[in-house]
Amino acid sequence: MDTNKFNYILQQADNCLILGQRLGEWCGHGPILEQDIAMTNISLDLIGQARLFYQYAAELQDEGKTEDDLAYLRDAWDFRNVKLVEQPNGDFAQTIIRQFLYDTFSCYYYEALKESNDERLASIAAKSHKETLYHVKWSGDWVLRLGDGTSESHERAQSALDLLRPYADELVIPSEADQKAAEEGYGPDLGKIAELRSEKLNAVLSESTLNVPESGFTHSGGKDGRHTEHLGYILADLQFLQRAYPGNKW
Amino acid sequence: MKSMSKNWPLWEIFIRSKAGLNHKHVGSLHAADAAMAIQNARDVYTRRNEGVSIWVVESSHITASDPDDSDPLYEPAKDKVYRHPTFYDLPDELKHM
Amino acid sequence: MNTESLEKHFNDKIEEDIRIEPKDWMPEKYRKTLIRQISQHAHSEIVGMLPEANWITRAPTLRRKAAALAKVQDEAGHGLYLYSACETLGVERDDLLADLHSGKAKYSSIFNYPTLTWADMGAIGWLVDGAAIMNQVPLCRASYGPYARAMVRICKEESFHQRQGYEIMLTLCKGSEEQKNMAQDALNRWWWPSLMMFGPTDKDSKHTADSMRWGIKRFTNDELRQKFVDVTVPQADILGLTVPDKDLKWNEESGHYDFGEINWEEFYNVISGNGPCNRERLEARRNAHDKGEWVREAAQAYAEKKSRNKAA
Repeated sequence: MDTNKFNYILQQADNCLILGQRLGEWCGHGPILEQDIAMTNISLDLIGQARLFYQYAAELQDEGKTEDDLAYLRDAWDFRNVKLVEQPNGDFAQTIIRQFLYDTFSCYYYEALKESNDERLASIAAKSHKETLYHVKWSGDWVLRLGDGTSESHERAQSALDLLRPYADELVIPSEADQKAAEEGYGPDLGKIAELRSEKLNAVLSESTLNVPESGFTHSGGKDGRHTEHLGYILADLQFLQRAYPGNKW
Repeated sequence: MKSMSKNWPLWEIFIRSKAGLNHKHVGSLHAADAAMAIQNARDVYTRRNEGVSIWVVESSHITASDPDDSDPLYEPAKDKVYRHPTFYDLPDELKHM
Repeated sequence: MNTESLEKHFNDKIEEDIRIEPKDWMPEKYRKTLIRQISQHAHSEIVGMLPEANWITRAPTLRRKAAALAKVQDEAGHGLYLYSACETLGVERDDLLADLHSGKAKYSSIFNYPTLTWADMGAIGWLVDGAAIMNQVPLCRASYGPYARAMVRICKEESFHQRQGYEIMLTLCKGSEEQKNMAQDALNRWWWPSLMMFGPTDKDSKHTADSMRWGIKRFTNDELRQKFVDVTVPQADILGLTVPDKDLKWNEESGHYDFGEINWEEFYNVISGNGPCNRERLEARRNAHDKGEWVREAAQAYAEKKSRNKAA
């Protein structure tokens, strides 16, 4: 098995799953019915993307495992998602900022991944890219509304941005898996994505009248399986049934 | 800013289910502005692939005819049978007309 | 036209099965009854999201997770269609929600029961959605146009809900001993509340007569309940589960199942606020609404700012 490719695919699969799981927590509790529905749609897209990546990873692994084995039977240190996506939903502003920081990465990432020399990855990227374009429009519009809405919404959005900005750049700092993937041509160069993304981020944030905090420090480690305390609780929830009834079919 | 009206405005949603068909009224929803109304309509009314194009109109901008006027409005058209092709008697030999 | 002839015109239309539309004249009592019925139904959809949303994060496979998300989301959509239908009668969604939050408005009491195991996701889809469909299909022909159209849309979407619920039950029943017990336990807990979903018996139902006459109700509570029992019992047999009613038996003569007495005391207790989860459900809805207030205000303020700038 190509271990690097396997790890590389899991990075993005885990990002999608964990963020999809987080957004799913909103279902039934959104600020208005219309937005409850919108968040669930994005959650569904993310779970769908996670499944495509897990299915491919399981095939590469060739040990007879399934998407569910990968999602439900690994412990936190084997999860390769960035720390950003495991951050709690907080208030709506925190969810929106987290989403926007992620979407501004994923839309450029998938666009570039469409050029992967791995056809399977290229096709997953093509499908996901369309979805992400909608996500970034949705979260970007909300950043504008919250930033430039009322003084309360501005304050809430600003503190969410201050809180989450240090988690934003792990997405574009290459891990070993990212580096090798770029060298071998199945993953994009994250340097270029970082540029595009930062342009988009700055454009929307400045229109939103929010202050972009100096990006001095970046929390990282997620891609190597070193997470925040949140992930353990997420997995306890996510994996409960598979762990409590080992080997059962659902 | 508590002075605002409590609900986001109501919008009427029209969807073209595929190219070649008219937009059809499917229902309504709330949104703060037109752009959001389009996004909400996409999320609410096209979850099962029901559309290729969306129109949104703020409900308050729609002027509807008054049902009390239905006689003067619609009765006069009822007896104008000569507007319909079946009104005209033509020989059976004549095909395709 | 005077009220009398308006009323006659209205009754003629009802008689001839011609739909009533928003701007048509209608008796005040018809309008009020519709608002009550449609909003109650809408509230049931959005409160009904909660017991199932409970299990979204714990769904046991990714396929089940996606289905659960889609299903609960559909319920939000159905609530939305129904609130919209209600708004054509001249009330605003926020006023309806205020009535829900204050406890003045009712919603289906079934959602005041807790979801304790994964099998409850199956039982709800199979039984609760099954009962709901039985109630709803006849309403696709309701006399009020916007209501009937909303119901058509809802019934179309609802058909996958019951199937996904039954599939969950089927998988559990074919699974381990523990899974089978889980399924039986869920049936034990959801069976009677599902029968209660059809409302009080006909002799105790205070709204039925008017609603039948106006065509916003097409079958009585007892008729629908009987129909539900008749179709559901054989489905339980296929699963190999036992319906928790010792009086249940096929009646050759009537061609229906006879079934035991419903515990009406429990029914009225749950309706009046003493169900296992009444407080939690309302609190969750109130919370979502209250915590969303600044969000709704922000979007509105932003929209107003933009349209002012455009005008300037």
